[in-house]
Amino acid sequence: MRARAAAVQLALVAAVLFVFWYFASNTAQNLEARKIASGFAFLSREAGFEIGEAPFLAYGAADSYARAILVGLINTFRVALVGIVLATVLGTLLGLARLSRNWLLAKLAAGYVELARNVPLLVQLFFIYAVITENFPGPRDALSPLPGVFLSNRGIAFPLLAPHAAYAWIGAALAAGAVLAWLLARWARRRQALTGQPFPVLSAGAALVLGLPLAVFLAAGAPLALDRPALQGFNFAGGAILTPEFATLLGGLTLYTAAFIAEIVRAGVQAVDRGQFEAAYSLGLPRRSTMRLVILPQALRVIIPPLTSQYLNLTKNSSLAVAIGYPDLVSIANTTMNQTGQAIEGIAIIMAVYLTISLSISALMNWYNRRIALKGARA
Amino acid sequence: MKAVHTVAAGAVAALFSGALYAQSTLDAVKSKGYVQCGVNTGLAGFSQPDSRGVWKGLDVDSCRAVAAAVFGDASKVRYTPLTAQQRFTALQSGEVDILSRNTTWTITRDTSLGLNFVGVTYYDGQGFMVPKKLNVKSARQLNGATICVQPGTTTELNLADYFRANRMSFKPVVIEKLEEVTNAYFSGRCDVFTTDVSGLVSTRGSRAPNPADHVILPEVISKEPLGPVVRHGDDRWFDVVKWSVFAMLEAEEMGLSSKNIDQNLNSANPAIQRFVGATGDFGKMLALDNRWSYNIIKQVGNYGESFEANLTPLGFERGINNLWTKGGLMYAPPVR
Repeated sequence: MRARAAAVQLALVAAVLFVFWYFASNTAQNLEARKIASGFAFLSREAGFEIGEAPFLAYGAADSYARAILVGLINTFRVALVGIVLATVLGTLLGLARLSRNWLLAKLAAGYVELARNVPLLVQLFFIYAVITENFPGPRDALSPLPGVFLSNRGIAFPLLAPHAAYAWIGAALAAGAVLAWLLARWARRRQALTGQPFPVLSAGAALVLGLPLAVFLAAGAPLALDRPALQGFNFAGGAILTPEFATLLGGLTLYTAAFIAEIVRAGVQAVDRGQFEAAYSLGLPRRSTMRLVILPQALRVIIPPLTSQYLNLTKNSSLAVAIGYPDLVSIANTTMNQTGQAIEGIAIIMAVYLTISLSISALMNWYNRRIALKGARA
Repeated sequence: MKAVHTVAAGAVAALFSGALYAQSTLDAVKSKGYVQCGVNTGLAGFSQPDSRGVWKGLDVDSCRAVAAAVFGDASKVRYTPLTAQQRFTALQSGEVDILSRNTTWTITRDTSLGLNFVGVTYYDGQGFMVPKKLNVKSARQLNGATICVQPGTTTELNLADYFRANRMSFKPVVIEKLEEVTNAYFSGRCDVFTTDVSGLVSTRGSRAPNPADHVILPEVISKEPLGPVVRHGDDRWFDVVKWSVFAMLEAEEMGLSSKNIDQNLNSANPAIQRFVGATGDFGKMLALDNRWSYNIIKQVGNYGESFEANLTPLGFERGINNLWTKGGLMYAPPVR
């Protein structure tokens, strides 16, 4: 029996490999017959096109296609990471609001969820983009709600702290504070286990994390020089600018995904049996500890797996950037394909990158899921 | 997303198609009964459906000429609207038989994309359009500007070249669909819209809320010879499309038009006799009916007629697109 099963599986693997081989060789043959260039040599050639947003990695038209695609990848990461954080925060708040005893709040949250998750994301993106570009004035008549902040159809220009030598030390102090807080929490846990004496870890930790950098900041003479944006020629120079394309994509992804996350959070909290609250109260646990120690750990077990899917969806949906002109990975890869004519290689790059990102998010979330799963339960 | 869809479809077609390409495009077109023509999604004067949904324009007429030559019926064309990014994959994968979509002839496209350009139907160059209220008089004043441009075009590359050569910087806003990118320009998201001058004139004439508010700057920064494209390696089809385009130019030079060609059927002029198929075997040489060129002129018209019907109303001048005999660049090899 076992030998036969193994033989069947072996034959299946061979068949799959054969199909792959057939497609690969047939493709190569067809490309050759039609004299279409193939291979990845184009990646090192000069790209020749400019990219609107290239933060963290300097890019110019003289750089290679590989670097252009890397810029696209960074742009995808940027919007996906910020989007995941914002969607999680907003989704959690909305989910809890739907459970609220306040009738108006609960109904408003319910209405939002139904609206946001039932309108296609692409439509939402076009809508937000049109609202920004059609309603805001040009840069020369920009609105200035706060000094140094300018709202226009070029985006939101806002001041940044001008670089100062002390900022590196403040960063170091922040890191030191975080490490000390972590050590403190470990010590407090061990002491409570041994003696039963609780220690105010939260407030002491916060004091460490915030207090140390603040002390360094004050010691350095509170350097607060601002690099303010100013109109120069056609656009704002100085400070930083949040472009309408980035804002649209981030807003669209956040608002859309938050609606799904809200439902997941609501389901997670409702999945915890009422008896768990009552049992915790009857043990004398205060309300906050009940939430933190009893309810949330159980709710998270229900929440994490579907939440992972939402994070993956958000990341993949970021490829809708093409429609509104945000230079994400797909947009840059599309341009590359079109300039070089090498569609198969371009699609292969897009697929490989999204697969890698998605599998990484999955692996991370699965690791977290195992950590919070019931010990001894099947994962 | 449609771009990705078409590109992916093209990639899949490349995976599967084996036998399909053994057959010549001319035979395939004859047996299916129509020409599948890739056109712009909507560029007034070149390819755009009119109020009754009939495709009109200079690029459309190239495809109609091929249909007239092959079938004796210019209406046997089906159109596939393509964005700049979709167009080459659509042609490579066999989704369209001809790509007639204001496409610039360059060495990269002619070689590594596996395509052949049949000729030039419009000599163009890249320009810049700005709102009049910005008071810009020259492209040299555009340092720091935000510029709307379509991706996957020679325009996008020329733009970067021009700013690099003049040590200026710019912020591109790159949107694929012509409609979306022109909306972004007209709403003020960009200071400048750049594309071929023909595209600027057409966009200003057909999409601007008030055309007088926009000026096209004097600088023309590139050569953009636009023309129909076919797949590499199918010489018979290449010949058919090439000579259909040339026939329209040749007819204008001979003074033949849709209005007078019937009167010239019995002309004593031997060149005209050959052209209308009364003598000679040019049709057979192309594996077509001997009245192929007569049908083109009768049903589509000569190049000048197409230009006047489609482009003149939008404010285009013949300029360098006039015949070589009238000081332009339009020159067809002799039909003999």
